[in-house]
Amino acid sequence: MSEERDVMEFDLLVVGAGPAGLSCAIHAKQLNPELNVCVLEKGATVGSHILAGAVIEPGPLEELLPNWKDNAPEVCVPVSRDEIRMMSAQGSFKFPIVPPQMNNHGNYIVSLSSLTQKMAEAAEELGVEIYPGFPARMPLYNEAGEVIGVRTGDMGVDKDGNPKDGYTPGMDLHAKLTVFAEGARGSCSKQLVAKYGLDAQADPQTYGIGIKELWQLPPGRTEPGLVMHTMGWPLDNKTYGGSFVYHLEDDKLAIGFVVGLDYEDPHLEPFEKFQEFKNHPHIKPLLEGGEIVSYGARAIVEGGWQSLPKMEMPGAALIGCGAGTLNVPKIKGVHQAIRSGMEIAKQFHEKASAEGFDARVREGAIGAELKRVRNIRPSFHWGLWVGLMISGLETLFAGLLPYTLRNRADHSALKKVSTHKPLTPGNRDLPPRDRLSAVYFAATEHDEDQPVHLRVEDTNICVTRCAEEYDNPCTRFCPAKVYEMVEVDGAKQLQINAANCVHCKTCDIKDPYQIINWVTPEGGAGPNYQLM
Amino acid sequence: MKVLVPIKRAVDYNVRVRVKNDGSGVELNGVKMSVNPFDEIANEEALRLKEKGVVTEVVVATIGVAKAEDQLRSELARGADRAIHVVADQDIQPLQAARILKKLVEDEGIDLVLMGKQAIDDDANQTGQMLATLLGWPQATFASKVEIEGQTARVDREIDAGIETLEVDLPAVITADLRLNEPRFIKLPDIMKAKRKPLDKRELGDFDIDVPTLEVTETRPPSGREPGRMVKDVDELIATLKDKGLV
Ligand SMILES: Cc1cc2nc3c(=O)[nH]c(=O)nc-3n(C[C@H](O)[C@H](O)[C@H](O)COP(=O)(O)OP(=O)(O)OC[C@H]3O[C@@H](n4cnc5c(N)ncnc54)[C@H](O)[C@@H]3O)c2cc1C
Ligand code: SF4
Repeated sequence: MSEERDVMEFDLLVVGAGPAGLSCAIHAKQLNPELNVCVLEKGATVGSHILAGAVIEPGPLEELLPNWKDNAPEVCVPVSRDEIRMMSAQGSFKFPIVPPQMNNHGNYIVSLSSLTQKMAEAAEELGVEIYPGFPARMPLYNEAGEVIGVRTGDMGVDKDGNPKDGYTPGMDLHAKLTVFAEGARGSCSKQLVAKYGLDAQADPQTYGIGIKELWQLPPGRTEPGLVMHTMGWPLDNKTYGGSFVYHLEDDKLAIGFVVGLDYEDPHLEPFEKFQEFKNHPHIKPLLEGGEIVSYGARAIVEGGWQSLPKMEMPGAALIGCGAGTLNVPKIKGVHQAIRSGMEIAKQFHEKASAEGFDARVREGAIGAELKRVRNIRPSFHWGLWVGLMISGLETLFAGLLPYTLRNRADHSALKKVSTHKPLTPGNRDLPPRDRLSAVYFAATEHDEDQPVHLRVEDTNICVTRCAEEYDNPCTRFCPAKVYEMVEVDGAKQLQINAANCVHCKTCDIKDPYQIINWVTPEGGAGPNYQLM
Repeated sequence: MKVLVPIKRAVDYNVRVRVKNDGSGVELNGVKMSVNPFDEIANEEALRLKEKGVVTEVVVATIGVAKAEDQLRSELARGADRAIHVVADQDIQPLQAARILKKLVEDEGIDLVLMGKQAIDDDANQTGQMLATLLGWPQATFASKVEIEGQTARVDREIDAGIETLEVDLPAVITADLRLNEPRFIKLPDIMKAKRKPLDKRELGDFDIDVPTLEVTETRPPSGREPGRMVKDVDELIATLKDKGLV
């Protein structure tokens, strides 16, 4: 459809109202109230697509909004105690000491979706224009090949791509600088990395999938402020990952599980591992009799220093988890995302362009924090025990040992189905029963009459090579059961239940043939996370 | 012709509503709030009438908390001309809402009220009817089609037996059903423009809402379903059904 599109001009355009994007918008206005700043967000409201643990380091937030606690997020509990456990099938072993990167003294457990709502309020008070329900569909370029802005998605297109009654074409937003803050595996960011070769000097980016549930428990069971992490069971020693269990106020509990997407076994189902974990004798008594309030999943960026792409290009910059500034051993990305947002705002204020931003990040606090811990996550390629050993050494020497371990792309780690025995399902009887009943608690919504936003380039591969080589792992790694192999007239074919998608981006990352392309659906579609 | 479109800030229809642990109501903490969907439809209908030249001005009004301004702004962005916000922190029941709306109708010289048939939070389905009665105006509820010619409105309503068509003299109260129309998408520049459209704030104290009210004594979630049981084969299924006296 080629029609005249409305154009709007801004000084600064931010894609994504996560902690990174909002910090950028807020700080830009703090530095220069005259600026015309616009933030686009694909979720129906700010925070509706945001999911994290989340234990945050408050330093950078305090610097950005010194009074943030006056308008505190709905969940905001100071950490009272840390616990780390190594799990086995029946028991668990509590680490006598908490390694420094896992020590959360002085940190807060918050709902990140709620925190971003509060940050959005602060931004609007400063005069930032925030538009939830308007995804950036694609970057726009000028003839010189510079980024000049983005085009928002069309509304009211039917599933075959034809305009419906209320058809409303997306519009073009132009800006002096466009900042992409889309979080892990951003759909515009992916195009930009490819177009400008931003990853030429970096290792491939790597990810994990995090699945989370919020529970309401019977009174008196929680210890508000307790932060527990586990390693080991139900994952084998070759698979990176573990759980987080955060005790909130009002008898609420945030519980989640992260699996490194460099896992090898094509049979693995991250959702099932999480459910097995919940049924461990140490965890089950906590949950039994409670009820699940919210469910969701999101990719988490794990590549760290080695995988950090170049964060600038003509006319634009990448910030936060869209670039990959998260500190993996700490499993914390919020403070780094906020820093990167403030940094690009300073850069724009001083230089009016992105040129020099990349060096600024690497040489500043963000780079220093990433560099120090760069070898910890990749050391787990050799399994849990070697990983723990190297992590200990690296921590002892504060990252000063003169080597850097390499990262490889997650999709390339998957082994053929013939090399692995099928997994036996674990015992579990706590809800949710399966992925479909879980997804109900993500309150996700997509108009069914719109083009499928999970673009599979070649669905023949699904029934031929993929079925044989990997037994269609998409039917297992997706936490919302979007992909199913169904039989139609005696022949197998791929069915995509796009309406269930929770926008975690796992399929885009882990598909072994890299033929799944996640694109933005109609504005406002997707999960409606509450307190996640 | 001046139209009043009353709207309500309600829990979004996608939200899985949960009853609070102490049974004092439903959990609203951190819950997504939106314009009641039937009210969006009512506003859309008013805007279409304006585009047809039948209506000259569309006024949206809400009675609710300070944050309800977000919902007014969103209906202004859809196209309404101006807004009235009666700021109220307390729970407002249908008869109280109808009394407030009656005064707004009189103060503003309104010729037609187009409103949702009910709000999806309390599903009361009373305010439109009460307002019509208080005003002494005719009412056409559950509208699935509205046509206006001169001083009459012809309204289709979907009833069990098919479609019923009513003719009412204006001024009147018309309440919108789901199939009346599909509200348009809100455009980005219109959100920006909506920020500058007039929005009057009125205080609750200006209205006489001293009427007997209902008291909610308890809120309970529906009792859960018994967990299912897997049976091996048809024989076991029949045996189980017989056992339970179901066949
Ligand atoms: C399970 C899990 C647990 C975590 N736990 C913690 C923790 O305990 N502590 C911590 O510090 N960090 C934690 N993190 C990491 C943290 O969530 C991220 O580091 C942080 O959210 C990154 O912020 P961001 O702004 O870069 O991206 P995001 O928070 O992902 O925000 C991106 C925003 O952009 C929007 N968006 C994306 N694409 C588009 C588009 N094309 N158009 C419009 N909008 C778009 C998204 O909807 C989203 O709102 C966790 C992550 C996960 C998945
Ligand atoms: S379809 Fe892809 S992005 Fe959507 S929930 Fe499944 S894995 Fe995540």
